[in-house]
Amino acid sequence: MPFEAVIGLEIHAQLQTASKIFCGCSTVFGAPPNTHVCPVCLGFPGALPVLNGAAVDFAVRAGLALGCRINDRSIFARKNYFYPDLPKGYQISQYELPLASQGALEYTVGDGIRRVGITRVHLEEDAGKSLHEGFSDSDRKTYVDFNRSGVPLIEIVTEPDLRSAPEAAAFFARLRAILVWLGVNDGNMEEGSLRCDANVSVRPAGSGAFGTKAEVKNLNSFRFLQKALEYEIDRQIELLREGGRVRQETRLFDAASGGTVSMRSKEEAHDYRYFPEPDLPPVVLDADRVDALRRAMPELPDARRRRFIEQHALPEYDAGHLTESRALADYFEQAVAAGGSPKMVSNWMMGELARALNDNGREISDAPVTAARLASLLQLIDRGTISGAMAKGVFEKMCASGRDAAEIVEAEGLSQIDDEAQILERITSVLSEHADAVAQFRAGKAAALGFLVGQVMKATAGKANPRRVNELLKRELGGGSPGT
Amino acid sequence: MPVGFSRSEVQAIAALANLELDESELDLFARQLGEVLDYATQVQNIDTTGVPPTASLGVRHEADRADLVQPSLDRDLALSNAPDASLEAGLFKVPRVIG
Amino acid sequence: MNRLGTVREIRDAFRRGERSAVDVCTEALSCIAMRDPELHAFNTITGEQALARAAAIDSDRARWIDRPLAGVPVALKDNLCTRGVRTTASSRILEHFVPPFDATAVARLESAGAVIVGKTNCDEFAMGSSNENSAFGPARNPWAPDRIPGGSSGGSAVAVASGMTPLALGSDTGGSIRQPAALCGIVGLKPTYGRVSRYGLLAFASSLDQIGPLARTVEDVAIALTVIAGADPADATTAAEPVPDFSAGLSSHARGMRVGVPQTLVDQGVDGEVTAAYRAALDVLRDRGATLIDIDLPYAGAAIPVYYLIATAEASSNLARYDGVRYGFRDRGTDGDSTHRRDLDLKTMYARTRARGFGPEVKRRIMLGTYVLSAGYYDAYYLKAQQVRTLIRRDYERAFEQVEVVAMPTSPTPAFKIGERVSDPLQMYLADVFTVSANLAGLPAVSVPCGFTGNGLPIGLQLTGRTFEELTMLRIAHAYEQGK
Repeated sequence: MPFEAVIGLEIHAQLQTASKIFCGCSTVFGAPPNTHVCPVCLGFPGALPVLNGAAVDFAVRAGLALGCRINDRSIFARKNYFYPDLPKGYQISQYELPLASQGALEYTVGDGIRRVGITRVHLEEDAGKSLHEGFSDSDRKTYVDFNRSGVPLIEIVTEPDLRSAPEAAAFFARLRAILVWLGVNDGNMEEGSLRCDANVSVRPAGSGAFGTKAEVKNLNSFRFLQKALEYEIDRQIELLREGGRVRQETRLFDAASGGTVSMRSKEEAHDYRYFPEPDLPPVVLDADRVDALRRAMPELPDARRRRFIEQHALPEYDAGHLTESRALADYFEQAVAAGGSPKMVSNWMMGELARALNDNGREISDAPVTAARLASLLQLIDRGTISGAMAKGVFEKMCASGRDAAEIVEAEGLSQIDDEAQILERITSVLSEHADAVAQFRAGKAAALGFLVGQVMKATAGKANPRRVNELLKRELGGGSPGT
Repeated sequence: MPVGFSRSEVQAIAALANLELDESELDLFARQLGEVLDYATQVQNIDTTGVPPTASLGVRHEADRADLVQPSLDRDLALSNAPDASLEAGLFKVPRVIG
Repeated sequence: MNRLGTVREIRDAFRRGERSAVDVCTEALSCIAMRDPELHAFNTITGEQALARAAAIDSDRARWIDRPLAGVPVALKDNLCTRGVRTTASSRILEHFVPPFDATAVARLESAGAVIVGKTNCDEFAMGSSNENSAFGPARNPWAPDRIPGGSSGGSAVAVASGMTPLALGSDTGGSIRQPAALCGIVGLKPTYGRVSRYGLLAFASSLDQIGPLARTVEDVAIALTVIAGADPADATTAAEPVPDFSAGLSSHARGMRVGVPQTLVDQGVDGEVTAAYRAALDVLRDRGATLIDIDLPYAGAAIPVYYLIATAEASSNLARYDGVRYGFRDRGTDGDSTHRRDLDLKTMYARTRARGFGPEVKRRIMLGTYVLSAGYYDAYYLKAQQVRTLIRRDYERAFEQVEVVAMPTSPTPAFKIGERVSDPLQMYLADVFTVSANLAGLPAVSVPCGFTGNGLPIGLQLTGRTFEELTMLRIAHAYEQGK
């Protein structure tokens, strides 16, 4: 019996505000322990939370980008439980009335576009950090740093619409890109500013009912996310095939073994005793504030992608690639605005430029050739001043020297030869040197033409305009097609 | 009907509240909680159809806090009341957390 | 002992140069030294700091001369954070806790020139109506030291009533300022919820707590309220409501004022002498020009159970932070001497710390509150109580369409003997019958002395006013005070 997997994700994303959600301590990562703390984020007696307005703005932007309805009124709630890095003995979160709900996000996987429902986006505070290793008495003690306590988070919960590990990874990549795109989160999983947990269950393929789900945590990278989900899906299917039952539990991904391990503890079902937070008024968002935020948002990746397709006649694949980051999309549009033809710009960005960036470990924001300069190079090709092949060499020189295309072409005499007479001269000598190729061409072998073109190019040190060479060769060989 | 609490129910509540109660306290609280809740049960007989709960008392500031960084507490001061801490490492210490 | 005088007299004398701050402070401290050993109003006496502070004020008269509380000695309930000064909430769990910050109300008193002489005894974490729940021993009523002074702000009431200080701050969650004021024969005021910042007040029940003044006259209480009231950026539940000078326009008549007299409530289980004093007080009000109007508060009978469901629920959450991690008492699991000390595991550490650090009443309320919020019971208890709370608020809103204040006795009985009710918590809870509604509805309320019982025990009259209309309420209270 074939099974299908049902996956939903729970993502926690730190918001890139300057100060914490309920106090003025800095959110900057990596400071010496317990130097970004105050009575509020330490949960001292008598301390009270006061909401950071920017956290709300960031959360609203995230909600809008995820197609959610922004609730005009949302409530903070206390989630009560004990843990050393939870200073108040409760976390201020949102429960019954979250900031945003009922959204959806499209993403590409394989060659198709899928859609995942977003159940809710809500605001909450992060906890401190417990350190279980690294000290001489770590066998008996846990050390606690509260710098992270109170950093604003949004929790994004998806509908269980994902059906495989690759889907989940692709969706999560898309979500991450959007959050980074908005400037809401820095996308850093290693440092823990973006975290993902998954709820996984399996069921007979085509069944409408849901199987028992297990929660999988500790997915610190894309690789881990995919591996863990693959393992867990297999584990559950195996279990069911053997007649066992999936237990509702929390499991941790164990990088060493590549599998998931049960976190079985006595009080599996936490009773969080949620109730509305009496120290904070409801978050009231009037339509004006939401509209202002909506208008100030950068054009979102999907909209931009569609516009690239419509406005610049780019294929889906190109448009998708170019809108993977705001920086890439901006570079593209700058190059087009500077006169580059869109498809050419796209090809070069995905080809030569991408190679140049990768080889030197650089980001698009730090590209060795500006968008305008790339555009001018492409214009030289377009006008026939240099050939495409020649342009690659010019590009490399542009990267290395910082000079612009025209300057290099001029200085090194790389202009394309387009003069009919000059080309014919070369053609004549090539034809006489390669009579056998000519014969093959006339015998019907099309490839022989390519060979001859190559020879002419070689003879002109690559500078001849290949289109012209092709045209003229065909003419000299007497007619358009082989075999004549 | 009196609201009765068994010892194990009291124990469960105490576990949630992280309170270690001894035998006599368990019995005492079982009785006293039962008495108070009995008395409180009269509330349940009141008709509250269509009545919204008082979520908060409606008072509020004009605006949320601006996103400005304020000075944090001096670290030694932050740790000064800790029953167990490493001033050198600047960290609070607790018995090791298992799981 | 009235040698100190009222707040007004002390401040005026300082302004006129007739008395120095040091003189006044010395007098307060010697009264404390004489009477506190018996009455136990204080947990901590900050004699040295107080004298240093008074000296500083004296040597910089120009700076302090116009301040409303210049040179006035003040006692602070020990659940108000005072930087550098032990703040215990009368609990073992905070026996050695020294806050790194001042409560906003405390900082405002200091800006106004007040001289803080110490931290007063109270019921542990403000939970109680007799000050018998203090881990450091009961406070005693100066009128009859074998009787309770009331609670939970018992120590503050005793300090004022016995002449140790002319002014004290307390906190009121269900009557904790008003009831001890009544039992000790002084004035005690609970402001409108949101009128005074709770930042730095060790939270008991967040939606009910308020800080307020205790003094011997209505005018003194009004002066103090003006100093501490007003929006605070550190407390999101404070209101932007402007703060008038509450002591201005206090007249000796109540002409045009309408006083509501609830019919059903007043007849329930109230001591005969209390009823008589109350009726006499109503006569005085009438003489002063007020009109008495019968009103009905149909849901008043539900106030106590509603209060105990909501207050304990919030308390169970507010007290979760006392876990021995960042401050306060931590159980070390000592079995025998230090060489055999066992390290407790975390869970046991938590549970024993709290079991040993909290007294029985606090534990009882935490247990009750935890239960009320727990899964399966939230709707039946907590949610239901919040709904009935709305009904109680509406009762008052309706009444206030016809009257400016509602008059009731503050306490159904005068001070009972120490030890008389400790084994019957429910009986103890019923003492709050007249005071809790003001907290539930967020209304301001003040208790003024209105007579004595045959054996010399004080009785109090409570006036409850409209939201943010402390001015009107104080004017009526003052008129009564002048006329009795």
